[in-house]
Amino acid sequence: MNDSNSVDLNNQAIPLIDVRDLTVGFVSTKGKSLPVLRNIDLKINAGETLGLVGESGSGKSTLALAAMGYLKRGLFVMNGTSYFASNDMFALSRKELEPLRGGRIALIPQNSGQSLTPTQRIGAQLDEALKLHSDLAPVQHPTRLLELMSQVRLPDPDTIIHRYPHELSGGQQQRVAIAMALAGEPEVLLLDEPTTGLDVTTQAHILELLHDLAAETGMAMIYVSHDLGAIARVCDQVAVMYAGEIVLQGPTRQILRDPAHPYARGLLASIPKLKTASLPRALDGIPPMPGQVENACAFADRCALQEPQCKQSRPALEIISTGERVRCHLYSRARTLPMSAAPNPYNRDIEFNANPVLILNKVAISYNKRSLLEQLLGRASAKAPTVDNITLNLAPGETLGLVGESGSGKSTILKAIAGLLPLHSGDINWRNKGSLPATVDHRTSEQLREIQIIFQNPDESLNPRQTVAEILKQPLKLYYELKGEALRERSEALLDRVRLGAHYMDRLPSQLSGGEKQRVAIARAFAAEPSLVLCDEVTSALDVSVQAAVLDLLSDLRREKNTTYVFVSHDLAVVRALADRVAVLYQGRLCEIGTSEAVYGSISHPYTHVLLEAVLEPDPDVVPKLSSDDIIELSPPEKGCPFQRRCPRKLDANCDTEPPPWRKFTGGHQIRCHLSAEQLLEKPQY
Amino acid sequence: MNSPPSAKPFSGIATVLRDVVSRPSGSIGLFLVVFHVLLAILSPLLVPYDYREISSLLMLKPPSPEHWLGNDHLGRDTFSRTLLGGREALLVTGIATPIAVIWGAIVGIYFGLAGGRIDEVLMRVVDAFLSLPWILKMLVLIVTFGTGVEVLIPTLAFFYGIPVIRIARAATHDVVARDFIEAARARGHSRGSIIWNELLPNVRDALLVEGAMRWSWMLLAFSSLSFLGFGVSPPTPDWGLMIADARGFMSFAPWGVLAPVIALSSLIIGINLTADALAKALGIDRAQKAPI
Repeated sequence: MNDSNSVDLNNQAIPLIDVRDLTVGFVSTKGKSLPVLRNIDLKINAGETLGLVGESGSGKSTLALAAMGYLKRGLFVMNGTSYFASNDMFALSRKELEPLRGGRIALIPQNSGQSLTPTQRIGAQLDEALKLHSDLAPVQHPTRLLELMSQVRLPDPDTIIHRYPHELSGGQQQRVAIAMALAGEPEVLLLDEPTTGLDVTTQAHILELLHDLAAETGMAMIYVSHDLGAIARVCDQVAVMYAGEIVLQGPTRQILRDPAHPYARGLLASIPKLKTASLPRALDGIPPMPGQVENACAFADRCALQEPQCKQSRPALEIISTGERVRCHLYSRARTLPMSAAPNPYNRDIEFNANPVLILNKVAISYNKRSLLEQLLGRASAKAPTVDNITLNLAPGETLGLVGESGSGKSTILKAIAGLLPLHSGDINWRNKGSLPATVDHRTSEQLREIQIIFQNPDESLNPRQTVAEILKQPLKLYYELKGEALRERSEALLDRVRLGAHYMDRLPSQLSGGEKQRVAIARAFAAEPSLVLCDEVTSALDVSVQAAVLDLLSDLRREKNTTYVFVSHDLAVVRALADRVAVLYQGRLCEIGTSEAVYGSISHPYTHVLLEAVLEPDPDVVPKLSSDDIIELSPPEKGCPFQRRCPRKLDANCDTEPPPWRKFTGGHQIRCHLSAEQLLEKPQY
Repeated sequence: MNSPPSAKPFSGIATVLRDVVSRPSGSIGLFLVVFHVLLAILSPLLVPYDYREISSLLMLKPPSPEHWLGNDHLGRDTFSRTLLGGREALLVTGIATPIAVIWGAIVGIYFGLAGGRIDEVLMRVVDAFLSLPWILKMLVLIVTFGTGVEVLIPTLAFFYGIPVIRIARAATHDVVARDFIEAARARGHSRGSIIWNELLPNVRDALLVEGAMRWSWMLLAFSSLSFLGFGVSPPTPDWGLMIADARGFMSFAPWGVLAPVIALSSLIIGINLTADALAKALGIDRAQKAPI
């Protein structure tokens, strides 16, 4: 650009951030420059909040960092530039950038637990931020420090300043990171997935804080997230990114209600909704690689509207009457595409009272180590077990959802069923043939084959050194002793069942996308022809559109052979899409169990209620309610109800002394609470 | 297979070798290593003079058209002796290195899997061992059992297997915590099958690179022992021994020292460069630098 440092003064207001025709790329191993951001135009005025949405690899974080004048190693500007308050960020020297970054533009990274210095106390870290980025005299620092901490609503600042990062919960760490970013009173705040990985209630609290901060301080914000629910809460503008381009930009309400771009509609349709029990609609295909699409619409191959012109020329970003900027040749027809989930085509008739496949009887699992004294005296640990008193039964063919926040023991229960953890007490009964040996070493080959587990992250659960063929060979050889041609045929049939072709056989996991990897992991579990499949957060490492496809696959697979699932997830909407019955766990104790309609319905345990209220929906009018603190409890209370400390409906009577009784409702719906059935029926008042 | 062409997995020896050769360090390193190995095999056929032939007339003669690298203090041809001088070292270390890697790997993997207190105790023993100067440890064994190939091979293999335990244990620790091992356990595979199919392919690369590194350290140790008079006995030509013999005349007959020094360092540099390229080709961070 030839007018690199001057800014067009014809605009009435100079935008705070002005990204102009920015193209950023890297040099491939073959020496070609491949763009990861293409012709980005973006303006943000003071006080505006913009959400950047997109799936992994869409370039949203790269764009946010580029607005700060920062590029990751290996990336370079191919065209255009980015201005911040009339400064060309890519023309400034390191020294000139210093006061801008961290001072006038501040960044809040995804995992602030990792970006805080582990060996420095919180107070010292905040003080350092003040020294670097504020003009205050050192004597004023302590006051300002407390001010900042109360601004981010950190409880009890006087103690927290003396703590180390690891002594804080994830939500508190995120608040400290926000306080550090606010130290220099920035004009722009960049947030890179600030709530990803936090529990729903914590996430709702942090978003509430950001929402209020934006209103109070008049800071501009760029909020990067894959989660449209979070964006709905904080932003008034949304830009949707796809394959390094902005494909759609407009007011949040418009984009979430009725977007004009086919990709945005597909993305919205692939999000599971709390209110509907149907499967979300999957987006087929994968995004193109950098440089793969030049003179065509990047989304054309996955688009239901595709026409010849989409492959012949690249659509321009056009402004349309609704105030949206859209990059699509056929935007006028885009609004005909569905945005909600397809109605569930299959009726699921599960006889919950039929002969159960699996019965958990008062199962307790303990991670506690016995103290030296207890070891010497041969006593059991005095601490309460991590998971306690779990009684559940699974009807053949049903899907039981296990939900709860991190630390609720849901994965622990799965591992115990799979025989990977010993039981502390209680027993697991399999097919009414007596109790199942607690660990894999004592189970029969038939028992092992019938119960399979699928893990959360396929990067971890697939051996990186084995090809897909070798991965599938493991169970096929172990349980069926297949070899040669028979082995190959069965492997190909399995790949076909998970909708992957036979040409995947020779690939290594590193050559597959996240969704493909998880399909291979699913194929491996189904290779055993199991009757019970344990799914441990199987979609949480995946993008939403991929998640929808995996949910769809799991739903089809269970129909084929009437497979029983235990489906663990922290995401209540995902569980809603698949589960017939849901069990809610808090601190390793059951709170509520019932059919999904009942649990997601109007009568619920106070904890379930808190969870449901905190769920973020991609809807600007749904405001999550914060009816409970987001404190993280490390161990359950010794007496009484496990939820007593956070319960918004706690009774004075015996919540903290007596274990709560089970309250029974129609259809097997049970809630474990001191509130009487009548009280539970009332709408909570708070 | 009648499937569409897919990217070949990055696991074949040919692919790794191609990657190694494509790097400057790899091509130079591999050239040096192959050159030295070929020379060790073929040198008896190439040498122009008998390495034992002494002559009072040729004592400490500078390089000449007949004797390219001059003659040593006994009038022996330095060129012939340099060509032959790596044979013993390559033979001993070539046998001792695989033994060291294998026994170190077995112990390391076993304790890495066992974990717990026994693993802790073993590692402290290993640490204690590594804290002693290597030459001291080796001299104790050599003085007790005498010199000679039959003592040097087991001695070197024993001492150089100890750091391999560390590497194998660390690599095992990284792998056992991962879900694919858990998944194999949940399926009910035997311990042997898990080690063979799931674990070994993931620690193999680290061991390969470590083996290459051990080889170069071992060569250095062998030459040092010869230099001190505990390795090869005269009149067998050996670089370490040649350096020891010639160092007294370094000021006026430097070729006697330079020739074996260049030969030995080029081999060690070659192995190091190859190990480096191999580590990069296999994607291993080779932070391990400390000698034993």
